[in-house]
Amino acid sequence: MIEFHLNKRSGVAPYQQIVQQVRHALRLGFLDVDDQLPTVKEVVATVAINPNTVLKAYKELEHLGLVAARPGVGTFVIRTLSDDSLAAHGPLRHDLKRWLEKARQAGLDEESIEALFRDVLWSTSAQGVA
Amino acid sequence: MTAVLEASGLGKRYGHKWALSECTLVIPAGKVVGLVGPNGAGKTTLLELSVGLLRPDAGSIAVLGGQPGTSPSQLARVGFVAQETPTYAGMSTRDRLWLGARMNPSWDEALAEARIEQLGLDSRQKAGKLSGGQRAQLALTLAVAKRPELLLLDEPVARLDPLARREFLQGLMEVVAEHGASVILSSHLVADLERVCDYLVVLVDSRVRLAGDIDELLASHHLLTGPRHDRDALPHDQQVISESHTDKQSSLVVRADDPILDPSWSVEQLDLEDLVLAYMSHEVEADRRPKLEVRS
Repeated sequence: MIEFHLNKRSGVAPYQQIVQQVRHALRLGFLDVDDQLPTVKEVVATVAINPNTVLKAYKELEHLGLVAARPGVGTFVIRTLSDDSLAAHGPLRHDLKRWLEKARQAGLDEESIEALFRDVLWSTSAQGVA
Repeated sequence: MTAVLEASGLGKRYGHKWALSECTLVIPAGKVVGLVGPNGAGKTTLLELSVGLLRPDAGSIAVLGGQPGTSPSQLARVGFVAQETPTYAGMSTRDRLWLGARMNPSWDEALAEARIEQLGLDSRQKAGKLSGGQRAQLALTLAVAKRPELLLLDEPVARLDPLARREFLQGLMEVVAEHGASVILSSHLVADLERVCDYLVVLVDSRVRLAGDIDELLASHHLLTGPRHDRDALPHDQQVISESHTDKQSSLVVRADDPILDPSWSVEQLDLEDLVLAYMSHEVEADRRPKLEVRS
């Protein structure tokens, strides 16, 4: 089971944040096929949002073919977004951590690190390298 | 879908002063409605008219299709939590629940017990000894245990600290998710309502300035900034809500259902608080303009 956290100042609509967090969990393998999403009542009781917001997010996830509602039981994952590359996450995470240590030692702050990462990501994907 | 509240030309006067005037509203069922406006805008008056504590001096109001407060069955369908969540100070939680059960035909004993247990309230404690947050939760429990179709709450979180505020709204949303009642709650702070409401009514200076579905309101309002423009130069379907100008730049909040095409504007989305503030400042400006102007 996952728990949602909503960011008030992100500018992203709350229902979109829920959709993104589920997709994120599916991509990273925190959620797998047959796992249950928290019920609407459980979500609103923890994050104090309108129940319709949660329903809207779950409908969107259903529409994306990622989850399905089982009447009277709850909402379950039917497809995951992680693929064979999930096995490679561990070593890549390890390398990334080491790279981040180097960046911090070189005096880069969070903002500079993020800017550098995005810049390289964009320039490499633009070249068709990534 | 039927309306939970339908007002037509509704007005209430205290002496010479109209606390609410020309209020025409249709609020659909199944919504959590935020009633916002500055202090003294008429929020409490509208809620007290809806529950039947006040009688209109003009126009009419129907709640769940009936006239507020005119019959026991009508009273049973509406739950009300008044400002500052009053409870009888000398009465213990247990006695207060007993009273609730005796006075309400549709009392849900299991729901009341479950909520009191979940809140960790000592049922022998007198209400006067409860904290503000606990008292608010007790008042909410009493209002929801009668299983109303419509729940009205007047500034329920205004005096609560941030934690109690959050806990109260969590409890309220849990009840809505489980029992599906329509809710109207008032606040002078938009931030309190942003997440929990899906419908908004803005009252300013005894009048309804804006009412609608929050998603639709957010999608149809835009903040435009750009080189100085004259407001008359805008297309007719763009309604100016508020404007400010310097000698070189204009910033406008406009309402438009179609996308803004003029490339000289930089277009941004508004958050709910900015949107409400735009309507409140507009009212001030409208008052300064000649009275002959027709307001659309």
